[in-house]
Amino acid sequence: MVVILLKRNFVRFLRIFSTMGILSSSIARKVAMALSALFLVFFLIIHLTVNVLSVFSEEVYNTASHFMGTNPLIQFAMQPVLFFGVVFHFVMGFILEIKNRGARQINYVKNKAGESSSWMSRNMLYSGLVILAFLVLHFIDFWFPEINHKYIAVLPEDPTRYFEELQVKFISPYRVVAYVLAFVFLALHLLHGFQSSFQSMGMNNKYTKSVKNFGKIYAIIIPLGFIFIALFHYFNQ
Amino acid sequence: MNLTLKIWRQKGPQAKGKIVKYKVADISEHMSFLEMMDVLNEQLIYSGDEPVAFDHDCREGICGMCSLYINGEAHGPDKGVATCQLHMRKFKDGDTIYVEPFRAKAFPVIKDLVVDRMAFERIQQAGGFISVNTSGNTQDANAIPISKHAADEAMDSATCIGCGACVASCKNSSAMLFVGAKVSQYTLLPQGQVEASDRVINMVTQMDLEGFGNCTNTGACEIVCPKGISLQNIARLNSEFLKASLKG
Repeated sequence: MVVILLKRNFVRFLRIFSTMGILSSSIARKVAMALSALFLVFFLIIHLTVNVLSVFSEEVYNTASHFMGTNPLIQFAMQPVLFFGVVFHFVMGFILEIKNRGARQINYVKNKAGESSSWMSRNMLYSGLVILAFLVLHFIDFWFPEINHKYIAVLPEDPTRYFEELQVKFISPYRVVAYVLAFVFLALHLLHGFQSSFQSMGMNNKYTKSVKNFGKIYAIIIPLGFIFIALFHYFNQ
Repeated sequence: MNLTLKIWRQKGPQAKGKIVKYKVADISEHMSFLEMMDVLNEQLIYSGDEPVAFDHDCREGICGMCSLYINGEAHGPDKGVATCQLHMRKFKDGDTIYVEPFRAKAFPVIKDLVVDRMAFERIQQAGGFISVNTSGNTQDANAIPISKHAADEAMDSATCIGCGACVASCKNSSAMLFVGAKVSQYTLLPQGQVEASDRVINMVTQMDLEGFGNCTNTGACEIVCPKGISLQNIARLNSEFLKASLKG
């Protein structure tokens, strides 16, 4: 309910904002999209780093999670920024997609799109939608119980609860499969998105080849890391 | 060779169009695609039918007038050429070839395969020029030193013939490769620097007004461009636009 309300107001805000100037131009929208994407790219590194700790040590993972979950700077400054970044990226993505679809009213009878562009670049909407669906599941799994624990039910704080809460989620093979599939789509999304965000911000120079190569490594390593962690906990119950 | 053609026929801008099937026989592999279309039209005229309308002018790959979406690709299956330089040797005897107009909301169909590309002209008019004093005090362009690198890059951008294949191939019907090339060809030179900010803002504003989509960096435009205009032009357009916007 809260999310729906927030989203509705956010779209309204975005509509007013987009007619106001800053986001009224197609290029400005793309730059905003790229900036939010790079912010999320940075966030994924932090998320994976904390998750990887769960593979090595239950204690360290609990300490790190407790810090992330209770530090006021992270909770009340970073988390809202992250929330805004995620919602902005999705809403702006949909706005751009709707506008782009409207730019061609009659489609080709025969179109060999694959001859000139990659599948990933043409299907960012669908890989994005899979990630959105995954986020719903991920919020149900971790975020809502966390909010309930801290602010709604106000249960006593136990700094050692996090590892067990994590492990319990990976008992079901269905959930593990859902997580793995979502990360595959995340990889597909990043394979185009990483280097695309640099192009959108006007960076295409002698470093572009390195950015593209780094982007490919990032797009494979990060999702692979998340897949490994999900499988690790499934097989180490 | 004998071919089956499936061509988009549309009587006028408001009329409903459809794909119509035609047969052409004894087509030489040395013919250009447009010559093959001429053969078809002669056939249609002899049989009392309306010939297929299509755009063409110089037929040597420089005017940017020919278009056509051939078998699912702008300017057909060959790379680095416009439709007029596409040869029939790229096809096989017995092939079925789909011929459609360039599709975009900003490129409405006028008749059959002819589309209105005046949107490009209006973008050019919005800023694709430099203001030069012509009252007798005109400075000789060659008097301004320009590095070889900048001159080469500007020339590469200036080779854009404005055919619209970038728009036709882009899944978003984005005109950013065209606008990027046109902005770059001036911005890279000292003569173009003076009006650089106004130019990029005005041309991008006009581009948006015409109803072109947003670039999502699929790179299709670069692949189909008959002149090999690179994606660097779009990045330059983005950075020039950002610079101009921040300057206010």
